[in-house]
Order: sequence, then C-alpha cells, then structure tokens
Amino acid sequence: MRFRDRILTIQPEPLVSDRLEILQVNVGYRCNMSCKHCHVEAGPHRREEMKRDTIDVVLSVLRENDIHTLDITGGAPELNPHFKYLVEEAGKIGRHVIVRTNLTIFFEAGMEDLPEFYRGNSVEVVASLPHYVEGDADRVRGSGAFQKSIKALEELNRLGYGTGSDNCKLNLVYNPPGAFLAPLQKALEEDYRKELLGKFGVSFDNLFVFVNMPIGRFREYLVRSRNLEKYREKLVSAFNPETLTGLMCRYLISVRWDGMLYDCDFNQILGLSLDSECPQHIMDFNYPELSRRKIAVYDHCYGCTAGQGST
Amino acid sequence: MTEYYRDEDLERFGEIGKYKPELFQKFMDWYNSALEPGSLTKKEKVLIGLAVAHVVQCPYCIDAYSKSCLEEGLSLDHITEAVHVASAVKGGASLIHGIQAHNAVEKISL
Repeated sequence: MRFRDRILTIQPEPLVSDRLEILQVNVGYRCNMSCKHCHVEAGPHRREEMKRDTIDVVLSVLRENDIHTLDITGGAPELNPHFKYLVEEAGKIGRHVIVRTNLTIFFEAGMEDLPEFYRGNSVEVVASLPHYVEGDADRVRGSGAFQKSIKALEELNRLGYGTGSDNCKLNLVYNPPGAFLAPLQKALEEDYRKELLGKFGVSFDNLFVFVNMPIGRFREYLVRSRNLEKYREKLVSAFNPETLTGLMCRYLISVRWDGMLYDCDFNQILGLSLDSECPQHIMDFNYPELSRRKIAVYDHCYGCTAGQGST
Repeated sequence: MTEYYRDEDLERFGEIGKYKPELFQKFMDWYNSALEPGSLTKKEKVLIGLAVAHVVQCPYCIDAYSKSCLEEGLSLDHITEAVHVASAVKGGASLIHGIQAHNAVEKISL
C-alpha cells in the first residue's frame, strides 16, 4: 500500500505540519568522507554549496520569524566557506544552533579550531558514529574514521561537551550498518554509553537511532546486494501509526543549498517538492503558509514511521 | 540435493501449521514467549539463539539470528564471539567423551 493511502487508513486527512520550530539548512553536499549509507551521496567531488546571499536570506528568515532552532547539515557543513558566519549570526539573533558533523572533519587542514568554535558559540553537536565497535563503524565510513571520531569526541569532552550541560550538548547518531532495522534507542544508548566510557573515557548526552532511507548511496547498496525489495517490505511491515505525531516534517522545513524548500532532507534529495500551494523558495518564505502546509509524502516515508520511528 | 535449503523456505515456516495447527500454535506461543525480554534481555536471548543455531547447524536459524543480532545493535565481533563459545562448548562436549573411550579401553585392557 502506498504511504499516502496508509495514512488515510489512520486519519481522515493527509499529513499536515502543525508548527514550524526548526529551519534545517543543507549548506552543501561536499564532504571529506563518502560513507556507504549516505542518502545525500555526499563526497569530496560534490560542488553544490550554499552561497553567501542565500545564507543572508536564511538569516533574515530566522530574524523575522519565530523559529527557535537552526539545524545545519550537509555534506560536511563545515566545508561551506560561509559556515562560521551562519553559525555566529544565527547565535546573535538568539537562535539555538545544531550542527550535524561527521567528527573526522576536525582533522582536515584549517578545521582544527572547530571544537573551540562550537563551544564558543554554544552549538549543539549531533555527530555520526555508526557503532561503538571500531570494525563495524569503519566498514560504513572508511578505515581510520572511528579512531578519528574518538579523538574528536575526547576533544569535545575536554571542552565540556557531553556532560549534561544545556549549552554544550553532544548527541550521537547511529544508523544500522546494513539492510536491517535499528535496535531500540534506549537499549543501544546504554550500550554506547558503557562501551565508549569504559574503553575510551568518552561521554555524550543522547544517542539518536535513525533508520536508513532507501535512497541515495544506501539505495544503490540495496539494489547491488539484492536487498531492496525485502528492505522496503520490512519498513512497510514495521509501520507504526504512533510515530505520526512526532514526525520531523510536522515541525521542520528543509532548505536546499540553492534556497529551495522541502518537507525534509530526504524529500530534498529526491527532489520531492513542497505542496504546490506553498512558497517553493526561501526568498518567498511565508511563515503562516509553511507552518500549516500539506506534507508531500512518498513511499520512502515508511522509513520514518517504522518501529520506534526515526526522526 | 542442490538448493536443499532455500532462503524463501524460511518465510514458509507457517505452512507447518497447515496440519495439526493447534500444535503449531502452541509452539509459536511458547517460542515467542521464550524470546520476550525477561530476566535476560532481548539482546542476550538472540545471542543464545545464534549460538544454539550454530550448534544445531540450522541454516534458517543462523540467517534469522544473525539478522536479529544486528537488529539488537550487536556487531560482527559479538556474533563471532558467540559462535566461538558455541563451538568451544560443542568441541568440549566431544572431547570430554574421550574419558568414555579411555574407560572402554580400560575395561578390556590388561
């Protein structure tokens, strides 16, 4: 059953957003890594990058509207030359800033000051760490990525991150390293906490468990390994209507590097446009229309509604 | 005997209940209850399942419990350790019977 129809078996109306709390800005697809599960298909070869004038429009939108959080993603968002400007200016407006980092970027030339920069701007760090076992993490992200990530986490801990303080939150992200569903978040968080603290002395605040969407590089893997159909069936059969109220698309809007607007980062990558009655570009941002919009859904949305949900 | 065990046959397990469905239902209820988290966590239970799967060398169980282990957040390190435990116990179970061999030899030896 199509996702759109499945929703109508649960509620009489299609999915709509009910508020707008987070502006999630993808500042570019360039990355120092090429992770196997990346839905963006990010990598060093990508050239898409948000320009300064678009970033200024993003800041104007934040300034003029009651959106409390700026969530910056990529690629490796730090590779955008205007990244620090965006973070600093959003902070001056009083917005909470989240950065989704791959941690290994801290060791690229010219990026060594990132941990201090994050601390100085009270940035909430959301960091990928596909597993607490080195071999499993490196299988997804490449050889040596785990050790670099641990070093980066040690540095963030040294600066006060991951110690429960509200202005230096450090959250980790787990994606299943293959064609299977994620474990329960709470149980896996306990394992991460015990293993990372016990083996490396590293602490963090929360672990987020995300299902891999069957799009981008992960979809290519599913096709290559002949797992696509089974994986799709798994997501469909794990559909949980209780996840609908917490879906990120209900309180977030995603901005592409060129300023185009989407219901989420996944729709952005698929090029699945906002409802045609909505403004499509950040230049035309309209808070009332966008905060109560009909959400564009397709079958990949089963990824966000499987099991415990993934948002 | 090629393809004696086929992947798709695992999904046909329910067909066993076509005959004597009440017995199959009792098995399923028992099986599902046994796998529910209790004093042992789900993670511990699927590792036991994986270890037993290797001892009984059931290809369906090995596939199913390997996947369950991954879905519980376990890694190849955990899986491999569990298989080593199972194999070591199985190896030890053979080896201890060497005592029976010695006993048998002693019974008929000068």
